[in-house]
Amino acid sequence: MEDKQYMEYIHTHAQKSAHAITLVWAFAVGGIICCIGQGFNDLFTFALPDWDKSKIGALVSMTMIFLGAFLTAIGVYDKIGIRAGGGSIVPITGFANSVVSPAMEFNKEGIVLGMMAKMFVIAGPIIVAGTVSSVISGIIYWFAGMVG
Amino acid sequence: MEMFLGYLKAFAVGGLVCMIAQILINKTKMTSARILVLFLLGGVFLELVGAFKFIENFAGAGITIPITGFGSTIVKGAREGAKIGFFEAVTYGFRNMAGGLTAAIFFGFLFALIFRSHSKKV
Amino acid sequence: MKVGKQTYLLDSDVYIQSAYSLAGPYESKGNFREYFDAVMEDDEWKCKSHEMAEIQMQRYVIGECLSRVNVNPMDCDAIMGGDLINQIVPTSFSARDFRTPFLGLYNACATFGEAMAIGSTLVSGDFQKVICCTSSHYATAERQYRYPLELGTQPTPESQWTVTGSGAVLLSKKPGDYPKIKGFTIGRIVDFGLSDPNNMGGAMAPAACNTIVTHFRDTGRSPDYYDMIITGDLGRFGRETLHYLCKKEGYVLDNLNDCGSMVYSDKQKPGQGGSGAGCCSLVFASYLYKKLIDKSLKKILFVPTGAMLSKDSALQGESIPGIAHAVIIERED
Repeated sequence: MEDKQYMEYIHTHAQKSAHAITLVWAFAVGGIICCIGQGFNDLFTFALPDWDKSKIGALVSMTMIFLGAFLTAIGVYDKIGIRAGGGSIVPITGFANSVVSPAMEFNKEGIVLGMMAKMFVIAGPIIVAGTVSSVISGIIYWFAGMVG
Repeated sequence: MEMFLGYLKAFAVGGLVCMIAQILINKTKMTSARILVLFLLGGVFLELVGAFKFIENFAGAGITIPITGFGSTIVKGAREGAKIGFFEAVTYGFRNMAGGLTAAIFFGFLFALIFRSHSKKV
Repeated sequence: MKVGKQTYLLDSDVYIQSAYSLAGPYESKGNFREYFDAVMEDDEWKCKSHEMAEIQMQRYVIGECLSRVNVNPMDCDAIMGGDLINQIVPTSFSARDFRTPFLGLYNACATFGEAMAIGSTLVSGDFQKVICCTSSHYATAERQYRYPLELGTQPTPESQWTVTGSGAVLLSKKPGDYPKIKGFTIGRIVDFGLSDPNNMGGAMAPAACNTIVTHFRDTGRSPDYYDMIITGDLGRFGRETLHYLCKKEGYVLDNLNDCGSMVYSDKQKPGQGGSGAGCCSLVFASYLYKKLIDKSLKKILFVPTGAMLSKDSALQGESIPGIAHAVIIERED
C-alpha cells in the first residue's frame, strides 16, 4: 500500500471530534466565565467609585487570574478543560492555568531551576507576543503623533 | 432588566469567542499556547484598527475577559504613552500588562509552593 | 535457526517461568481487574514524585516476579527492560538495587517485545535466567510527551491514555510446566508519513502489519495457526486499521486483539484505549500469562508496537516511525 493511499485511508476513517457537542461546551463555559468577569466588574465599579475604568479592568483581570490559579491549584481547572476546551483556554483564567500548571508540575525539580524557570514553558509565548506587539504599536502611535 | 441584558451580551460574545477557539482546536489541532497567542494578537489587531471599543461597549466582559482583552489593554497603554514621548510609547504597553502578569506570576509561585499536581481522572 | 528474512526460531527451549503484574488505580478498574497480581491505590505510591513511583513500581514487580519462584536476583544473568522516560531512568534506577547485570533497551512501547526477543536468544544460548521488565506511568509520560498535568487540555478523539502499570517475566532454561517462547520476528521501522502525535495507532499499524505479514511469509504459517494474535497498543482505531492493512496483503486476522483497546472497560472513556511501554507488559504478565497457564490459550503471537517519536521531533514536523516485534509463545498440552 502506498503512503498516499494510507494517508487517505487515515483521513477518511479516523474518528472525528464530536464536533457540535464540543462547541456547545466551549460556548457555555466561556460565556459563564465572561459573566463572572462582568459580575466582578459591576461589583468593583459599585464598590470603588473613584477608580477609573482601566484600573477597574486590571483589577477584574487580576481577580479572574486569582480564580483561575486557585482552581488550577486545587485540581479543578483541568477537569473543566477536558470538557470545555477552548471555553477554558481563551479566557484570562486559561492564561493563569497555563502559568500555574507548569509551576506546580516542575516544583519537584527545585524552586529556582524547576518551578521558577519552567513557569513560562506554555505562557512564555504569550508574554513575548504581548511585549513585541506593545513595542510595535507604541512606535506606530508615536510616528502617527509626529505626523499628525 | 438592563443589567440582565448586559450579562446576556457578555455571555453571548464571550461564548462566541471561545467557540471560535474551539473550532480552531477541532480543525487544526492547535494547542493551548498557540490559541492564546493567536487570540492575544487578535485583540491587539482589533484595538489597533479601532474596532475593539465598539465590541467592548456592546459586550463588556464578553470581550475583555478572553485574552483578547489583554491584547487591547497593551495597545491602549502604548497609545497613552505615545502622547508623552518615545520612551513612554514603547514601555507603557508593558506597564498595562503589569497587573495581570504580576497576579499570574505571584499566584503561580504561591500555589506551586503549596499544591502538587495530580493525574487527571476521566 | 533463522527462517526467511527476519524470523528466528529458537533451537532450545526457553520457558517463561514466572510473571508478575502491577496495575495503576485507573487500570485496576478496567477489563482485566481480576487478573492483576497487585494494584496501586494511588499513582504516587507514597513517593516524592511520579518518576520515583515508576522506579518503585519496576523494583517491586521484578522483586515479586523472582520471589514468586524463589529465585535470588543474584542468580539471574541479566535484567533487561525499558520505559518511556528520558534516558530510561525508571528501569536503570530500579536495576541499581539488584546486583544483577543490566541491559537497558528502548523501542518505545515495543520495548517489551524487544526484551523478550533478546532475552530468549540469550537463554537459548548459555544464559540461565533473564528478567524482562517494562513500565509506564500516565503522569511521567504526560510530562515527557505532552503537557503539565494540571493544564486544562482537551484530549483529541484519536488520543490514547498512557497505562500506569508494570509487568515482568522471568525467562529461564529450567524445564517445567510453563509457556515457552518458540521464536520471534524482529520488525523494521515503517513510516507512512503520519505526523499527528495524537494518532499513534494509525502511525504504528503499518509497522505491525509489516511485521505480522513478514512473520507469516517467513514461517509459512497462516493466521489460524495461532489462538490469538495480540498487538501492543494500537488502540481501537489502530486495530481496525491493522485488520484492514493485513486484509489487503491477503491475511485475514480474525483472531486479532489489542492490549491497548482491551485494557480499559467500555465504561471508562480514555479515547482509543491504553498505550505505553507498560501496557503490553502489564496485559501479558496478567491476563495472557494466566490464560497460557490455565491452557485456555495455547499458541499466541504477541506483537508489541511502538511509536518512536519525541516531543521535539513532532515539533520539528517529522513524521512518526513505527516499530513492532512479534514473539511466538506456545504452551504444550
